[in-house]
Amino acid sequence: MTQVTMTVNGEAVSGDVEGRTLLVEFLREGQGMTGTHVGCDTSQCGACVVHVDGKAVKACAVLALELEGAEVTTIEGMANADGSLGTIQQAFQDHHGLQCGFCTPGMVMSAAALLKDNPSPSEAEIREYLEGNICRCTGYHNIVKAIMAASGQDVSAIAAE
Amino acid sequence: MYNFDFARPGSIDEAATALQGEEAQALGGGQTLIPTMKQRLAAPATLVSLTGIPEMQGVCLDDDGRVCIGGATPHAVVEAEAAAHFPALAALAGRIGDPAVRNRGTIGGSLANNDPSACYPAAVLGTGATIKTNTRDIAADDFFEGMFTTALHEGEIITEVRFPVPEAANYQKFVQPASRFALVGVFVAKYADGVRVAVTGASEDGVFRWSEAEAALSADFSADAIADLSVPADDMISDLHGSGAYRAHLVGVMTRRAVSAAT
Ligand SMILES: Cc1cc2nc3c(=O)[nH]c(=O)nc-3n(C[C@H](O)[C@H](O)[C@H](O)COP(=O)(O)OP(=O)(O)OC[C@H]3O[C@@H](n4cnc5c(N)ncnc54)[C@H](O)[C@@H]3O)c2cc1C
Ligand code: FES
Ligand code: FES
Repeated sequence: MTQVTMTVNGEAVSGDVEGRTLLVEFLREGQGMTGTHVGCDTSQCGACVVHVDGKAVKACAVLALELEGAEVTTIEGMANADGSLGTIQQAFQDHHGLQCGFCTPGMVMSAAALLKDNPSPSEAEIREYLEGNICRCTGYHNIVKAIMAASGQDVSAIAAE
Repeated sequence: MYNFDFARPGSIDEAATALQGEEAQALGGGQTLIPTMKQRLAAPATLVSLTGIPEMQGVCLDDDGRVCIGGATPHAVVEAEAAAHFPALAALAGRIGDPAVRNRGTIGGSLANNDPSACYPAAVLGTGATIKTNTRDIAADDFFEGMFTTALHEGEIITEVRFPVPEAANYQKFVQPASRFALVGVFVAKYADGVRVAVTGASEDGVFRWSEAEAALSADFSADAIADLSVPADDMISDLHGSGAYRAHLVGVMTRRAVSAAT
């Protein structure tokens, strides 16, 4: 076992991990932060997306030991300081952007990464950016709508399908 | 995944030494190797991460105007930093997989892996780039030795890739939507001394140059010049995503599209 220390949602955390410990295992099993989901464990679905040093990555495909000193943000870090839902989370609720909710942590983290680089994305840009986030329930439409809304854009033009 | 010792050296020399160890293997972005280890198709005793080596990061121009990319540079950084110097290469990097894969996956890992459907091999072979390792320079024409096979020796590290910048170039990728790799991808590059055409995703032998199209395009750089050319379907990959004949047809279509887009 080796000790690793990183910042998760603004707080320094450390733990003893094996070489093979994945970031998602460090978060879920080591830190008890089960908001980050494992959908496929084969790097395909995006349910496990978190931010590492501000960039979206799949937590099921990064070793914890790679991240000594890194800044990690997870879905638990997306709420407002008073515990209410953050803007993107609220938009997902308002626009019915989730059904079972399994893909949602990854969707929200990908959306946050997109909006950081591109504060006012088009519908096509959102769909392209979500290429690696798979949802079995919603058909994506309301997810795209929620992200448009979270970026302050008018969503009335996006017809319900 | 079986357990292993983990090392994250800070220099190429240290990494090369660590890779001399028994059953040691390099780790780039891990986007291919970690899933492979989960399936127990690889089980190294030591993983030597190359992500903490500053001299293997980033994009620059050398004195001959070639675009140089550090071997551990993620696809997203190439997309951003190569855009001004070599737009076709930046565009290729920006269409690999999805954003999260592009934030971790590296050019060195992609080339060392030499997946028959990967994108970078087409750019490297299509430009005649030079692959620099910790011990030597390897010409693109000598590097790719068939599916998942390269000229790299055990423990050899891709430290940099140098691309001669073409007068005009384009990469066309017909996406296989489930894997997001190329069902067929074609990189076309025009230089003062001729045109190169490299095809990925199609052949059982991995990435290859389509020399017939190169000759025709070197004489006349237009989609019409290759309208009547085709590749034989015999050696093409045939799977549930497409037959060999379908892939052979796509090679022609994607090459013509790449030429049209480059002109
Ligand atoms: C969902 C998904 C979609 C993808 N889509 C595409 C796509 O559209 N096009 C595409 O081209 N690829 C695609 N990929 C593959 C991706 O580009 C990988 O990042 C890449 O193939 C491997 O790079 P890596 O840095 O992750 O290498 P790793 O997985 O870390 O390593 C791969 C192999 O290379 C060796 N290695 C790593 N770095 C070096 C080095 N510098 N020198 C020598 N050996 C080294 C390792 O030992 C290992 O054998 C996709 C992957 C995923 C998960
Ligand atoms: S659990 Fe990581 S991509 Fe599916
Ligand atoms: S809401 Fe169920 S998978 Fe997306």
